[in-house]
Amino acid sequence: MAERRPVRWHIGVFLAPAVVVYTLVMILPLFATLDLSLYRAVGKTTEFVGLGNFDKLFGDPNWSGHFWNALANNFWFFIINMAVQNPIGIALAALLFSPRLRFAAAYRTAIFVPTILSFVIVGFVWKLILSPLWGIAPDLLKMVGLRHWFAPWLGDPHYALTTVALISVWQFIGIPMMLIYAALLSIPDEVIEAAEMDGITGMSQFWKIKLPLILPSIGIISILTFVGNFNAFDLVYVAQGALAGPNFSTDILGTFLYRTFFGFQLQLGDPNMGATIATVMFAIILAGVCVYLFGIQRRLRRYQF
Amino acid sequence: MKKPISLALAGLLLASTSAYAATTITIESWRNDDLTVWQKTIIPAFEKTHPDIKVVFSPSAPTEYNAALNSKLDAGTAGDLITCRPFDASLALFKKGQLADLSDMAIMKNFSDVAKAAWQTDDGKHTFCVPMASVIHGFIYNEDAFKKLGISVPKTVPEFYADLDKIKKDGTYTPLAMGTHDQWEAATMGYENIGPDYWQGEKGRKAIIAGTEKLTDPQWVEPFKQLAKWGQYMGDGFKAQTYPDSQNMFTLGRAAIYPAGSWEISGFEKQADFKMGAFPPPVPKAGDQCYISDQPDHAMGLNAASKHKAAAMTFLKWVGSQQFAELYGNALPGFFPLTNAKVTIKDPLANEFLSWRQNCKSTMRYTYQILSRGTPNLENALWAASANVINGTETPEAAAAGLQKDLASWYKPQQ
Repeated sequence: MAERRPVRWHIGVFLAPAVVVYTLVMILPLFATLDLSLYRAVGKTTEFVGLGNFDKLFGDPNWSGHFWNALANNFWFFIINMAVQNPIGIALAALLFSPRLRFAAAYRTAIFVPTILSFVIVGFVWKLILSPLWGIAPDLLKMVGLRHWFAPWLGDPHYALTTVALISVWQFIGIPMMLIYAALLSIPDEVIEAAEMDGITGMSQFWKIKLPLILPSIGIISILTFVGNFNAFDLVYVAQGALAGPNFSTDILGTFLYRTFFGFQLQLGDPNMGATIATVMFAIILAGVCVYLFGIQRRLRRYQF
Repeated sequence: MKKPISLALAGLLLASTSAYAATTITIESWRNDDLTVWQKTIIPAFEKTHPDIKVVFSPSAPTEYNAALNSKLDAGTAGDLITCRPFDASLALFKKGQLADLSDMAIMKNFSDVAKAAWQTDDGKHTFCVPMASVIHGFIYNEDAFKKLGISVPKTVPEFYADLDKIKKDGTYTPLAMGTHDQWEAATMGYENIGPDYWQGEKGRKAIIAGTEKLTDPQWVEPFKQLAKWGQYMGDGFKAQTYPDSQNMFTLGRAAIYPAGSWEISGFEKQADFKMGAFPPPVPKAGDQCYISDQPDHAMGLNAASKHKAAAMTFLKWVGSQQFAELYGNALPGFFPLTNAKVTIKDPLANEFLSWRQNCKSTMRYTYQILSRGTPNLENALWAASANVINGTETPEAAAAGLQKDLASWYKPQQ
């Protein structure tokens, strides 16, 4: 008769640190936030209002106006990032991968460096570069005879959000580049050689062989961009302030949450409404990730070598 | 090795005995810029006459002050004396019972109603902080530039624009050093600076609170109409010009007029190497009564849970005295004492600001009392509206209508 299998304590022991820490710093606060959004402050105490805060956020024009504005801005911020950052990132990776390119390592480092800079530095430096008073942007445009193209972009409600989004693209372009570069590296030489034997070279090799093989990485990059953009706050806060001017044209969910939760200037903070906005942000990101996981990732074909 | 230790012990003993003899009181504040002024000037002056009380000034960063103070008060670890923010932040502390009621202090008679309003209950029955300082709004100008262009200080609005036109035509200087990127200057140094001349200071401010005037009334729209004209006199790209940009622009001598708050004085005097003067907001036409925005900025209250109330009250009494007002006003030019007593300020530029109180009637920013309690927040809305009007993206009438709608959405007297 086989001996009874001993209880494998070590599994629990090895899992415990991660589970305990993750529960304490991630799961509990998450549920505390969800819980907070169901209450309302009345004098010194709070009362349970069910989904009343959500009703207020979507139904009261004083709240919903700001909310939809922030959400629409957030989508535009995401679209710019997806449409500019990721294609350029992929193109850069493909260029870096080209065997004829010299100093590839130097370019790789230079393009990646902004990613490790603090938001505060990036926001401040770009504000200076674009400053109409002391910035180098007007002078640079003057040198090529295009001074009249210069506008105070960060102060114009039509351009400010796009400008901030492009600054974010500049900062994070290194991430898709590195991920795609790594994916390209992992394509075995045999596959490339076989393609060459069949006469597929140059651009068509990239489109027909390499791109399908790096699609899963592009999927990962897209979802990282989505989550990152809908959680964004820092860059807008540093470049445009908590009021996300001009006229709330750069207000995204993160800055809206900040003003509501912590208050701003004469506006006192409202943790309950803040938690409500945080919950909605969580739901949006969750929905986006689910669409990706169930709708896209499952259909991606993977190749094993 | 033994000697230093015994010496240190003796020192410790000495220190502890002297601490035993004197009561130590601690002041909470956000004015960390003023730490040296307190340590070198103000506290020594008090301790000289009150050897039995030791005072410790313990400031925190301005942006963290409210949150830090609230948690310290809740935990019972806050200092004996609390520097009070104006209006709702302090009122909330008083309502929670954390600030003591100081209405009965005799020195309260030294302060005008406007001065005390920032630290009173809405009905004016309870006062909980001793007013310390206010900031006055107006315009600082480059005297050298004025002399060179042969223009004089404007007294009326038409004169103001005539000057601006001359400066613009000459082209050496940017007429107005202001930007709209950070938004608050447009509201604070723009709308609420020139506005009191139109809505007649306290009369208009109280009428809005009472609901007898609306923000869409002509006297409230007119300042926006003035602001709409400012844009053409501001620097190239003013829409992306930040507050520090404007400060530098002016102190580098590139601009002629700076819409200002008096808190700029000490910084500007250090930076600028030209002579500066100041003038109050020009009145609409000659002979009109002038009004100035004389904004209460900080005060001092007593922590209701203080263990050294007697000593703390002694200090508060001194804060309300003429001696303190003169000391403080001169140590921090640009922060003006709120007392009715005669105070001599030595700094000429600060003195210029202060002199307006004699002819002009004082009021304060209308958004600060009561009106910014609801959602949407009137102060924040005013920032955006003022910046929009200067940028030309919103008409004065639309901006005023927007603010009125925001206010009426939650404020009963305006409905």
